[in-house]
Amino acid sequence: MKAWLLLGTIIASTVTADLLQSHEMKRHGEIHDFGPSGLRRVLATLARKTNLILAVACMALSFFAFMALVQVADLSFAVPASAGSLVIETILARLVLKEHVDARRWIGAALVAGGVWLLAL
Amino acid sequence: MNPRLRWKTRAFAVIVILSNVLGNLFLTWGLRHGAEELTASPLSFLRAIFNPWVSLGICLLITWLMSRMFLLSWADLSYVLPVTALGYVITALLSRLFLGEQVTAARWAGTLLIMAGVILVGLGNPHSEGPR
Repeated sequence: MKAWLLLGTIIASTVTADLLQSHEMKRHGEIHDFGPSGLRRVLATLARKTNLILAVACMALSFFAFMALVQVADLSFAVPASAGSLVIETILARLVLKEHVDARRWIGAALVAGGVWLLAL
Repeated sequence: MNPRLRWKTRAFAVIVILSNVLGNLFLTWGLRHGAEELTASPLSFLRAIFNPWVSLGICLLITWLMSRMFLLSWADLSYVLPVTALGYVITALLSRLFLGEQVTAARWAGTLLIMAGVILVGLGNPHSEGPR
């Protein structure tokens, strides 16, 4: 039961972090300058974005929950099961970010959902 | 793709896979051998981080994050996702070998299904356009 609660925390915080990150990075626009000064400028701009700060906090929560999970569950369960976030992210990418999700992506997400169900057996 | 970039891409793909798999392995090893049991207190997490195996695991996971970010700056996500999905199978193998975990047939099947799902997602167009 504790393992499933921790897995739920990992998936929820990963999904929130990825949605916030994706939303903010799309608002920022494509990064073209990967030189040291360009990257410094981009990082300085991004560090002031509330959504990205929240995304980093969610990633930290996800990492600490992962630490707690591998203490109570097998690593061979924890790593693939945390890929379950891909299923929820695909649904939310369509509903919240209004992305076009093609059939291949839906089938991929369904396979991941099936895999997580098999891990639960 | 010129030979130098091809070589660099393959080298980084190997670093991404190995740093993730070994980072998770060392982190788990440290948390199960020596580090105190984690509680709801943030202090227990802080103390656990100073376990040498856990620290090594965290350093490798930081390497994974950085190397993946660098790889994504020139390689397509549609290349990176399927290639790094190999990590699921390697994790299952190493968990069995070094952590003594019982990887059942259902768990192998689940792991392979998840890997197939991630590969399928990765093979799609990362900039899908179309009706919304």
